[in-house]
Amino acid sequence: MTVTSAETKTQVREQHAAIDCDIHNAMPNDVTFRKYLPTEWHAHHQSNGRRGHVGSGYPRAVPHAARVDSWPPSRLPPGGDLGFMREQLLDYWGFDYGILNCLGGAGGDLNLPYAAALCRAMNDWQVSEWLEPEPRLRASLLVPYEDADLAAAEIARMGDHPGFVQVLLVCRTREPLGHWKYWKMYEAAVRHNLPIGIHFGGAGGGPITGAGWPTHYMEDHAGMSQAFQAQVASYALSGVFDAIPELKVVLIEGGFAWLPPLMWRLDHHWQHIGNGAVPLKRLPSEYIRDHMWLTTQPMEEPAQKAHFAQLLDQLQMNDRLMFATDYPHWDFDAPTTAFPVELDSDLKRAIMADNARNLYSLL
Amino acid sequence: MSELYQSVIDTDIHNTIPSLKTLYPYLQDFWRDYLEESAFVGPDAHDYPAGLPFSARADSKSSDGPPGSQMELVRSNTIDAWKAEIGILTCNYWTTSIHHEDFALALSSAINDWQIDAFLNPEPRFRASLVVPGQNPELAAQEIDRLGGHPGFVQVIVPVRSHTLYGKRHFDPLYEAAVRNNLVVGIHYGGASGHPPTPTGWPVSFLEEYTGMTQLFQSQLLSLITEGAFNRHPDLKVSFIEGGFTWIPSFIWRMDKEWKGLRHELPWLTEPPSAYIHRHLRFTTQPMGAPPDPVHMSQILDQMGSTDLLMFATDYPHHHFDSPREALIKGIEEPLLGKIMAENARNWYALPN
Repeated sequence: MTVTSAETKTQVREQHAAIDCDIHNAMPNDVTFRKYLPTEWHAHHQSNGRRGHVGSGYPRAVPHAARVDSWPPSRLPPGGDLGFMREQLLDYWGFDYGILNCLGGAGGDLNLPYAAALCRAMNDWQVSEWLEPEPRLRASLLVPYEDADLAAAEIARMGDHPGFVQVLLVCRTREPLGHWKYWKMYEAAVRHNLPIGIHFGGAGGGPITGAGWPTHYMEDHAGMSQAFQAQVASYALSGVFDAIPELKVVLIEGGFAWLPPLMWRLDHHWQHIGNGAVPLKRLPSEYIRDHMWLTTQPMEEPAQKAHFAQLLDQLQMNDRLMFATDYPHWDFDAPTTAFPVELDSDLKRAIMADNARNLYSLL
Repeated sequence: MSELYQSVIDTDIHNTIPSLKTLYPYLQDFWRDYLEESAFVGPDAHDYPAGLPFSARADSKSSDGPPGSQMELVRSNTIDAWKAEIGILTCNYWTTSIHHEDFALALSSAINDWQIDAFLNPEPRFRASLVVPGQNPELAAQEIDRLGGHPGFVQVIVPVRSHTLYGKRHFDPLYEAAVRNNLVVGIHYGGASGHPPTPTGWPVSFLEEYTGMTQLFQSQLLSLITEGAFNRHPDLKVSFIEGGFTWIPSFIWRMDKEWKGLRHELPWLTEPPSAYIHRHLRFTTQPMGAPPDPVHMSQILDQMGSTDLLMFATDYPHHHFDSPREALIKGIEEPLLGKIMAENARNWYALPN
C-alpha cells in the first residue's frame, strides 16, 4: 500500500462518509472454533472434519490471497485479529461501517447437518467476537445454502439479530441460484428483511467452466465473472422475483462491467425465444435493476477513462453500486484510488456510502 | 451487389446432412452396419429445440430434410437473397460430442466428403468448414490433413462446449494441422460435452442455456490466452461464431487488469490479453445482443479497440431478423460498415477480391 498518512484518511472522512461492503474476517484457529461448535459435533469435527467439493483448488497468487501487510503482529491469519483490522482498515480509512463476509466454506460442507452446525458456530462467534466489540461492523449470516430448510432454520434463529444485515452465499453453487430448491431460503431471508449476498468463490461440484477445468489461478479468478453471469441469468429467468417480490440480491466481488451486455442479451433473446414454462412479466433487465445490487471491487478498468463513464451510463444502476475494499485480499481497492475516473460528488457519495446505507438500513 | 451493402460475405450459414442415410455412400460397411445396429440418431446435442420458431426460419423448412440440408434452398435464402459474394458454411453436426472417437472420425470424413459433393462442387460461392472429431486432436489432424488442401474448405469447426478447454496443449495437433493447411479454427455455439454448461450447474430453461453460452466463449478465450496457445501457434486464427460480441470490451478491461496483477503466474504472456485478442480472434455478428439504445452500440464498437474484429453473419437458418435491413447494426457508417459486411472476413479467410 503506497498511500500514506492521516492526510488521506482525513480527506476520505471530510469529503464523504464511507462504508466498506466487503471485509473478510477469519476464524483465528480451531481452538476458538470449538468453543462455539455444539458439543455433539466435536467428535465428528475431530475425526472427519470438513469435506467439501474437493478438486477445485488453485494455488493462489499469495498465501491466503492476502495483502502482504495484512498479517497481524499477533501472528493470527489476515482478517483474524479485530484490533489490527480496526487499525489498518476501519480507522485508517475512516469507514463509518464495514460489512463482514466471512469465507471459509462452512456453508458448503457435503455433510449438511454438519454444515449447519459449522455455520451456527461461525455466526455465534461473529456475534461475540466481532459485532459486540465493534459497533462499526455488521456481519453476513452463514448458512448451509445447499439445503433450503436448514438454511431457513439458521436464518430464523439469527435473522433478527441487529448485527446481521444479509445472508451470505457463494457464487459457485451446485445449481444455478434461481433454481426453486433455494426458494425456501429466500423466503426466510425476506421474512427477516435480509438481502442475499453472493460472494466470489465456492465450489459446486462441477468444473468451474462449462468446458472443464482450467489450469491457472488467473482463470479461476477472472473466470468468476462467468459464474456471476450464470447466476444473474438464472435469477432473472427463474421467476423467483415474481414469486418473492421482496427478494434482494447483492453480487459481491464480481465486478460489474459484464452486466450491461448480459442484460442486453437476456432482453433481446427473451423477446425472440421466450422463456419456456416460466413466463416473465417484465424484461429480464427490469428484474435485475429492481432486485440486484453490486459491490465495486474488483472494478473493471478501461484503458480509456471515458469508457468508464459510458459503462455507468449503460449500466443505469448508480443507486445500486456499493463500494468495497475486499480487505485483506491482495486485490484490495483503496477508497482514494479505486475509481479509474473522478466521479461527481453526488455519485461518489452514493457509491461510497448512501447506497449501502439504504440497502442495509444503516444509520 | 445488394441495395443496402457494397459487398457481403456471410460467415455463418448452417448446412447439415438430410439424414444419416445420406452418408452411407461415404462410409465403410463397418460403420454403416454400426449405424444400423445401434440405431444411432445423431450427437446428443440439443442446441436448437426443434419446435422453437427461433431454431429455423419458416422459409428454411423443406420436406426433403432438416433446415440447411438442401443446397438450392440454402443458396436462395442466403447468398442469393443477400447478393453475397461468398457464404461460409458452418456445419454444426457435432461429431466432437460423440464418445466413440473412431466413429466420430468416420462420420466427420463422410460429412466432409458429402459437403464437397452437395455444396462446394455445385456452388462456387460457398466455402465450408471441416467437421472434425475435436475430442481427439490427433484424429482431427488426420482429417484436416486429408482435406485441408481442398480450396473449398476455409475453416475447421468445433463446438464451444468441449470436454476440455481449448487453450490446453491437448489440442496442439489440431492447431498445428489447421495452421499447416492455412485454415481458421472456428469455435461455434453448442455441443454436448456432458459437463454442465455453466460453472454453477445445469440451467433450467433453454433461454438461460442459450444466453449462457456466451460465458463459455469467455472461458474458452481466457483459456486460449492464458495457456499460451497463441504463443505456441503464432499463426493460429480463431473465429468465435454465434457467441455474441458486445461482451468483448468488458472482458478486455477485466483481463488486462488481471494480467497486471497476476502475470507473474503466466510469464509467457508478454503482451496484455487484449493484444492477443486483436491479433488472433474474430467474432461473427449474430446473435447481436444489441442494446436498445444505438448510442450504446456505437460505444461498444469504439470500446473494442479495433475495427477488424467483427464479421457479418446471418446465422441461417436461425431466426434473428426478418429482413436484411433489420440485420444492420444501426448507425454504423463506412468504412466500418464495409469492413464488418465483407472486408474483415475477406482478410481473415483469405478470400478473393
